[in-house]
Amino acid sequence: MRNTMIVARRELGGYFATPVAVVFIVIFLALQGVLTFNMGNFFDRNQADLAPFFNFVPWVFLLLVPAITMRLWAEERRLGTIELLLTLPITQGQAVVGKFLAAWAFCAIALALTFPFVLTVNYLGNPDNGVIATGYLGALLVAGAFLSIGSALSAATKNQVIAFVLAVAVCFLFAVASYPVVTDFLSKTVPTLAEVARRLSVAERFQGFTRGVVSLRDIIYFASFIGFWLYLNTVIVEHRKAD
Amino acid sequence: MATDSKAPLIEIEGLTKRFGAFTAVDNVSFTVSRGEVLGFLGPNGAGKSTTMRMLAGFMTPTAGTARICGHDVQTDSVAARRTLGFLPEGAPTYPEMTVEAFLAFVASIRGYGGKEAARRIARAIELTTLQGVRLQPVETLSKGFKRRVGLAQSLLHDPPVLVLDEPTDGLDPNQKHEVRTLINQMAPEKAIVISTHILEEVEAICTRAIIIARGKVLADATPAELVKRHPSGKLDDVFRNITQPKAA
Repeated sequence: MRNTMIVARRELGGYFATPVAVVFIVIFLALQGVLTFNMGNFFDRNQADLAPFFNFVPWVFLLLVPAITMRLWAEERRLGTIELLLTLPITQGQAVVGKFLAAWAFCAIALALTFPFVLTVNYLGNPDNGVIATGYLGALLVAGAFLSIGSALSAATKNQVIAFVLAVAVCFLFAVASYPVVTDFLSKTVPTLAEVARRLSVAERFQGFTRGVVSLRDIIYFASFIGFWLYLNTVIVEHRKAD
Repeated sequence: MATDSKAPLIEIEGLTKRFGAFTAVDNVSFTVSRGEVLGFLGPNGAGKSTTMRMLAGFMTPTAGTARICGHDVQTDSVAARRTLGFLPEGAPTYPEMTVEAFLAFVASIRGYGGKEAARRIARAIELTTLQGVRLQPVETLSKGFKRRVGLAQSLLHDPPVLVLDEPTDGLDPNQKHEVRTLINQMAPEKAIVISTHILEEVEAICTRAIIIARGKVLADATPAELVKRHPSGKLDDVFRNITQPKAA
């Protein structure tokens, strides 16, 4: 645990030592602002909630989270620092989890900086702040799910562009798995898979959180989702670290 | 730590690494004891770095194994790496970190905190004469400085075993001299393996030299013995003779 935190702290420091952090946070906030206020009809709806905000969060993460994860391992391999990191007295699991936690903490910081939305909606009306809180929890879990995918795929390549495109594609697959475009197609061809796809969908699981429902089932889903991809990440690092 | 002080600190047994049909390291065995400085020589692509990577636990051997201070690098990998100072090929470091921050990171991973960490970082910086660039990001440093940052990292925990992949590559003659002096100073207390292309370096600091080519150990002797293998008495000629048998 101690080593994991040391790796995480170094990694997180790395974001803020480069323009990555500032660019990411500014773009994230700007996108969320435009989408919520303009496309989401935040004011015209005349409802004191953050539903428009949370509706767009998974899609913004879909695009931006792979931009954080693409460098996680690909960059280490390109620089050769992976050889340094993995010959220090830490296990590969500690390195994988440490890097993931750093990226997750970074997403949490970006999410926390959306607090003006909460202030706005509280100023304009009397929203259910409990629902807003669960919405944030859900958003953080969606970020974690996408990060774990991106991190694992980043370990598979030295090329950051490939890592980014692969991660967007796979995250997209898990995001739209519950959408009619996928389920309709599946129920016509392989009906059993349609139900599986719906249950595996990140967007579907996120819906509950935006309505203020935190079910143990959804928590377990996200925990095992992240766990699976991080395990895969460790396996990929083990097999491909020296390539 | 080894329980038996006389046991070799590095033991390599039948180490083999294959990449598909290509055998990079072919059944290499040797040991290095405390007080020895082993020069690891060979043409590019001979398997030097691959052997060192397996020794550091970065690559998994296809066959055979290695032990550092009695710890198997595969089954007891973290313990083996704790007793090892390793300078990877090209001395990679995190470019955005300052020299001091980078060394502090390595110190905390090695389990040092507070005053002990500060003392060890200061000592490593002094040994590698990095005082002037302590607060500079590594990416702004010249090749020679970067190499010394990598070296400082490997010395931080004063390990009984040092494995240095081309420690003097990219250094100017003065810096090379300093690093050689440093290795000579540390030699009596440690088992050291260095790979190099500079043959005069072997004569200057190594107590023993191994010549490897196409993954096989072709010679294992003291530098003084090696030079006798060619009438000219030059290590260059011996090296060429051994690594290019057909041309000789």
